[in-house]
Amino acid sequence: MRDIAVRVENLGKRYTIGGPQAQYQTMRETATQMALAPLRRLRQLGRPGPVEEAFWALKDVSFEVKQGDVVGIIGRNGAGKTTLLKILSRITNPTEGYAETRGRVGSLLEVGTGFHPELTGRENIYLNGAILGMKRGEIDRKFDEIVAFSEIEKFLDTPVKRYSSGMYVRLAFAVAAHLEPEILLVDEVLAVGDAAFQKKCLGKMGDVAIEGRTVLFVSHNMTAVQALCNRSVWLEGGRVHCDGNSTDLIRRYLSGAKPVGVHQPSGEYDLTERRNDYLADKLIAQSLRILDKEGMPKNTFLMGEEMHLVVDVQGMSDYREALIGVIFKSIDGQWITSINSGMTCSHVDEPRQKEEQAILRIPTIPLTPGFYWIDVSVAQQGIGRLDYIEHAASFTVAEADVYGSGYRTTRYFGLVYLMGDWEIRNKVRR
Amino acid sequence: MKVTTHDEETAMADPAIEAASTIVIRPSRGWVSLDLRDLWRYRELLYFLTWRDIKVRYKQTIFGAAWAILQPFFTMIVFSVFFGRLVRVPSDGIPYPIFAYSGLLPWQLFSQAVTRSGNSLVSNRHLITKIYFPRLAIPISAVLPGLVDFGIAFVVLLVMMVYYHIAPTVALLTLPFFLLLAVAAALGVGLWLSALNLKYRDVGYTIPFLTQFWLFATPVLYPSSLIPEKWQALYGLNPMAGVVEGFRWALLGKAPPGPFLAISVGAVMLLLIGGLYYFRRMEKTFADVA
Repeated sequence: MRDIAVRVENLGKRYTIGGPQAQYQTMRETATQMALAPLRRLRQLGRPGPVEEAFWALKDVSFEVKQGDVVGIIGRNGAGKTTLLKILSRITNPTEGYAETRGRVGSLLEVGTGFHPELTGRENIYLNGAILGMKRGEIDRKFDEIVAFSEIEKFLDTPVKRYSSGMYVRLAFAVAAHLEPEILLVDEVLAVGDAAFQKKCLGKMGDVAIEGRTVLFVSHNMTAVQALCNRSVWLEGGRVHCDGNSTDLIRRYLSGAKPVGVHQPSGEYDLTERRNDYLADKLIAQSLRILDKEGMPKNTFLMGEEMHLVVDVQGMSDYREALIGVIFKSIDGQWITSINSGMTCSHVDEPRQKEEQAILRIPTIPLTPGFYWIDVSVAQQGIGRLDYIEHAASFTVAEADVYGSGYRTTRYFGLVYLMGDWEIRNKVRR
Repeated sequence: MKVTTHDEETAMADPAIEAASTIVIRPSRGWVSLDLRDLWRYRELLYFLTWRDIKVRYKQTIFGAAWAILQPFFTMIVFSVFFGRLVRVPSDGIPYPIFAYSGLLPWQLFSQAVTRSGNSLVSNRHLITKIYFPRLAIPISAVLPGLVDFGIAFVVLLVMMVYYHIAPTVALLTLPFFLLLAVAAALGVGLWLSALNLKYRDVGYTIPFLTQFWLFATPVLYPSSLIPEKWQALYGLNPMAGVVEGFRWALLGKAPPGPFLAISVGAVMLLLIGGLYYFRRMEKTFADVA
């Protein structure tokens, strides 16, 4: 049995929004508040107390990490991932709960923390190393390795303010990658540098895992999480939503079941792993496939291309009047348009079977280049939604010369484009 | 934040001891212990931060480290012309230029250290929000580089002593004590100001005024003997009064510092210890308010 390296119990962190703690304050404001406080209290006698705008960035979070485990922390923006790392690395204080780390902790919330632009690469290696918690002797020993990893040998004695951003990041990551703590807390630092360098960093991180160190790895890069972590903790709204096998968790995280962006390059979306919170007591929509006119599933379409959507449904025999619909939304969730089977459907096979397939043919996609969501809806008029999947699928539209004029139509012209033709005439008759 | 560290007894001198340490993290409110051991563990960071400030200080300047001499030297000339020549401020029988310069040296060490450490947390907030280390390292490392400037400017003082035929006395041996007192006073004030400044940026704007007014409350341009007897005790509450008078005495050996030196030392201790505790108390909110 391996020892526990990180233990977290009911950890919580509260921020006060608009309150005295969260905001930058001037002394005058504080003084005024203090002076007016008795008056305010007097006025509020007999009234319910003011609602303090508190926001729990993290709440009731508990988990344990065994020594040598590499655990991914996933979740959407604002789910509390960084706050968790900040508490574990002692940058900020929790509001409640308890946490314990056993072993030397190194945290990487950003690469190049404390780099000074006026100092040379060589000097910054020492400064940054010390800030990350390395001993001087340790930096001396690893110096050549760090320089080799960063590929900036020639510029070692140049102030880093003259570096290109790529060189800067490479040097910064090189120092960070040579940190050898027993527990490593990493936050999204791989999202830097070019692809080749990222690959190299991932390789280095993999080595860390092999060396038996404990790693908590926050990332939006699911490929990296899947490659590095055997287990993941999924945070949502500051709480632990799921904790378990990474492959499993990531599949669920990425699947359309949750209102989370899933971009399946194949264009095929499984909709079975979810709960139906609507009127039907079972899952009606089973899958959604996005196909081109040849019937091949795909995910990137040209403007004006033909698109077919196929929704597999089950149990529609119980809801003979129900309509199947899809809603197109922009990347920020704005409802663009929707189309349901009640608007158009002329072909319903009778008698209806338990398993059915609803096919929507769109002869030309009227959308400008960009990323789009599709919601799937099964609803019965006068009753309501039977089954609904927000952000069930997504696809992208690429630029095409739809007007045949060579003009580049981009997102700046709007979400949809109109087919039409301008003609400019002289008003004066000849 | 309350952090306790239990090192394993066996490997005290080994860097590996930190490897076997357990860190407990839980919310804490109110006053916390100073935990200077944690600071000691991070002494190399303290060294590197100080070294960074020294390295960067005169980058991209033409005169470089000569600024450490030019500033007090020209101030001394201006003071000598206005206060020494025109106003004829008494100087305890010491030639006014060296009287002023020997007061300016500890004063500039103090005022620059206060300014730098008072702004240190604000200017290092990118570190505070991204990585853990004992936050005390920041204001402390902002105070120390001033000693280098002091050392450079001190050479000029020695030249002036030769010029004015002033031989050092045994009192010179007490100089390190007064130097330490000046640094301690600056750190004490700097700790308060830096923690306040992070939360209320107004503090940053008041620091220049503060040091300016403080200069007039300190016997730099005039001897403390000008202060009436009954106000001497109150005057001593200004820790720099004791430091500057002590400095002059240690170097020039004329008038020994008045009885208010003891009060000054007490004031420094209060400032420093109070500042340390206040800083530690506020420390847990630093990352949230920065």
